[in-house]
Amino acid sequence: MLLHAMLRRIAVGIATLLVVSVLIFIGTSVLPGDVANIILGQMATPESLAALRAKLGLDQPAHVRYFFWLGNLMTGDLGVSKAGSGFGTIGTPISEMLVPRMWNTIRLAGVVAAVAVPLSMALGLLAAMYPGTRLDRIVTFTTLGLISVPEFLVATFLVLVVAVYLGWLPATAYMSGNETGWQLVKALAMPTLTLVIVASSQIMRMTRATVLNVMSSPYIEMAILKGVPRQRIILRHALFNAIGPIVNVVALNLAYLVSGVVIVETIFAYPGLAKLMIDAVQTRDLPLVQACAMIFCATYIVLIFIADMASILSNPRLRHPK
Amino acid sequence: MPALLEIDRLKIDARGDDDGLTPIVKGVSFSVKRGEVVALIGESGSGKTTIALSALGYAKPGLEFTGGEVRLDGRDVISMPPNEQRALRGRRVAYLAQSAAATFNPALTIGEQVTESPVLHGQLSREQADLRAEELYRALELPDPDRLGKRYPHQVSGGQLQRLMAAMALCGKPDLLILDEPTTALDVTTQIEVLKAFKSVIRQEGSAAIYVTHDLSVVAQIADHIVVLYAGDVQEHGTADKVINRPSHDYTRRLMAAVRPPPAAGQGDESSDAHERDAPALEVRSVTAGYGKGRNGAPSLKVLRDINVAVQRGHTVGVIGESGCGKSTLARVMSGLLPASEGEVLLDGDRLQPSLHQRDRGELQKVQFVFQMADTALNPRQRIDHILGRPIEFYLGLKGAEKRKRIGELLHMVELPPEFAGRYPEELSGGQKQRVNLARALAASPEVLLCDEVISALDTIVGANVIELLKRLRKQTGVSFVFISHDLSTIASFADEIVVLYAGRVVEQGPTDRVLSPPYHPYTRLLISSVPELRIGWLEEAMETQEAKAGIDRVVKLTEIGCPFFDRCPLAVEGTCDREDPPIRRLGEGHAIECHRSEREFMH
Repeated sequence: MLLHAMLRRIAVGIATLLVVSVLIFIGTSVLPGDVANIILGQMATPESLAALRAKLGLDQPAHVRYFFWLGNLMTGDLGVSKAGSGFGTIGTPISEMLVPRMWNTIRLAGVVAAVAVPLSMALGLLAAMYPGTRLDRIVTFTTLGLISVPEFLVATFLVLVVAVYLGWLPATAYMSGNETGWQLVKALAMPTLTLVIVASSQIMRMTRATVLNVMSSPYIEMAILKGVPRQRIILRHALFNAIGPIVNVVALNLAYLVSGVVIVETIFAYPGLAKLMIDAVQTRDLPLVQACAMIFCATYIVLIFIADMASILSNPRLRHPK
Repeated sequence: MPALLEIDRLKIDARGDDDGLTPIVKGVSFSVKRGEVVALIGESGSGKTTIALSALGYAKPGLEFTGGEVRLDGRDVISMPPNEQRALRGRRVAYLAQSAAATFNPALTIGEQVTESPVLHGQLSREQADLRAEELYRALELPDPDRLGKRYPHQVSGGQLQRLMAAMALCGKPDLLILDEPTTALDVTTQIEVLKAFKSVIRQEGSAAIYVTHDLSVVAQIADHIVVLYAGDVQEHGTADKVINRPSHDYTRRLMAAVRPPPAAGQGDESSDAHERDAPALEVRSVTAGYGKGRNGAPSLKVLRDINVAVQRGHTVGVIGESGCGKSTLARVMSGLLPASEGEVLLDGDRLQPSLHQRDRGELQKVQFVFQMADTALNPRQRIDHILGRPIEFYLGLKGAEKRKRIGELLHMVELPPEFAGRYPEELSGGQKQRVNLARALAASPEVLLCDEVISALDTIVGANVIELLKRLRKQTGVSFVFISHDLSTIASFADEIVVLYAGRVVEQGPTDRVLSPPYHPYTRLLISSVPELRIGWLEEAMETQEAKAGIDRVVKLTEIGCPFFDRCPLAVEGTCDREDPPIRRLGEGHAIECHRSEREFMH
């Protein structure tokens, strides 16, 4: 039953990815102008455009180009850059452009997750343990406030205070790739702080709400009447039953850290994947746009799959069928 | 010897949203001696659970202790510091709740939960606790005691879980047990088994107990002393013998009067035949139905097999059987919520579409469903006039003043004041909600009402009032009822005909008086003999009958071959009953019994 559920979800995930690939392909096709226009720019004549299009394979019908692209994608060939966005040039293999950016993104997301997930779950649990107390109200009020503030405001405010006013950290997180130790920490500190604030609020609120909901069930009252200490009630009796929704909101936040942080990356000039995609859109480097979009979607699907599996595994009815 | 527990002028108030206090318990005093079982009896709202929980120094959220003391061995548990209260809970005083299904944590193993309290309190090591739990599983006659602890709550049956809760409470050898309606949600056959197990284990362990219930017949089997409560006050207090056999207070007498006598022939109110026509109002013919999709369109789990039931106009058909026998499934087939895989449903002699979605508005209007739980059936965000107005508008096309007039009539019909139209369900009591639930079904002006366990969740007195209301409606409107219940006494007083379902088959059916008098199908006999009587010593006698020995504490199993009751039947014939489908024996006046045994043999 468990294996069946797992295989089903994997199949659904693959199907979703295929649908997404079609949408991405259509989306990039309807953008005005194409790579040939961009490359030739001022020098474009109808003849040279046609010749370049033929050379780049742009004269083929859309569905042929789609399957060609999909086939290459499956074999790991992401194609070559056709505009040279970021630090690449025309003809640089896209995989070469993606890898350093992906590494940056993963590093930032990893650091943020390592701080935000335990911190927010602990705060959420604390608030749920003492509902209605001052501690609970402070935590709840603060997170509600932070959720309501857009992240660019948080980032700008942090730059203003920490970098400009206090002068503790650099305002940008530009990295050449050779930073080590302390330099790396300094470069990552500001974007990490911003994203921890943004991601923690949601996880904390979800943890609090779910645990509180479980805390009102009869089996918790039973545990109280058995003389189980409060701490053990929360950690052993309540948390296990609350894990499903919490894991889901954690997964969504992690996916956001990979794909949705373009604003933060821009403000701190952090060379991550999201910024690469925006650059690619500006230069109409369509293969690069497509590759980035596919990576983002795949991240979402994989993380949500993991969250689903975690909530299935936390449910004894599915783990131990009758 | 001083009492183990003394409750002394105890007062408990509820704090409302406006911070005002409403008294819930108004100065109650009584005591419990070692080895004694004291029953707290009263209807919901009498404060019985609140009082019982005070023995643990616990008040539910929203309630506050405002006076008096609860002394355990002379020490007040209410004013104790929280860590001392915690040390007492589970170790000296243990609690058993009404619904074991909700009380067990679904995510933890049974063993961990049963042994948690003594291990945490340092009474027993983990290994000792496991051994103690196993010993209790054996004493409570639970199956597979050495491996039971490793299983999860959803892997055992409801009756077993209820007994496991007793094991959980007893594991730390408490001095006092608090039992809060521990058998109310169970089938009669399971109830008597659980009662017997509780009684013998309480005697064995020598613990004292407070037994909270609204059911006097149950109390008569288990209590030494009885405290009768009404609206937070003690009405009467005395030995079980005195309170049951010589009640002195008015309220106790009223409570006794609401106890339905054991089911027998001749209790019914004959329905008039004035509304009768040729075709039955509703009929199911050779219906087979179930859940899941199997091969060639048949359900993978057949819950009903070859069912024939006819509901005459203005008549009431009672459907009885334990949980898992297919009672609700039958109602779902009739209503079209679950299309039958074979057979047909007829309304006024015309064939109905099997599925709800294919039935037209007129057909939908004529068959209405009243669900068991009014709490979940009524939308909590809609006012009563909205809930009743929807079907009036949808089926009768009434709007504005006409609609409001009809809502008023409906409320009058179910004996609720007209101003209830503007209230929300949460402002109503359980019995009032059930009346609204009924009015919602009546709003469509139906011909057939399908009532699924509509009074099972209500107190004795409130439930009896709802039955009176149903009887009146039946006379006034000529509506036909299909009345599903696991409570045979209610069916005996309300139904014209009875259908006894076992494992998805009709084992006996016929006019109420015929079904409730010999000859009986062995299953019918088991059900009748399991209904508790308001008589001290009944439990011991009931456990000695051959039906009880053969049939109690077994689960309902769906079978494809032979008689499904085979493994619980005292009259079963090996080689015949388990191999061949039983023949239908027609005994006249529409009375039929499906059994291999002959009429003479059931008479015994």
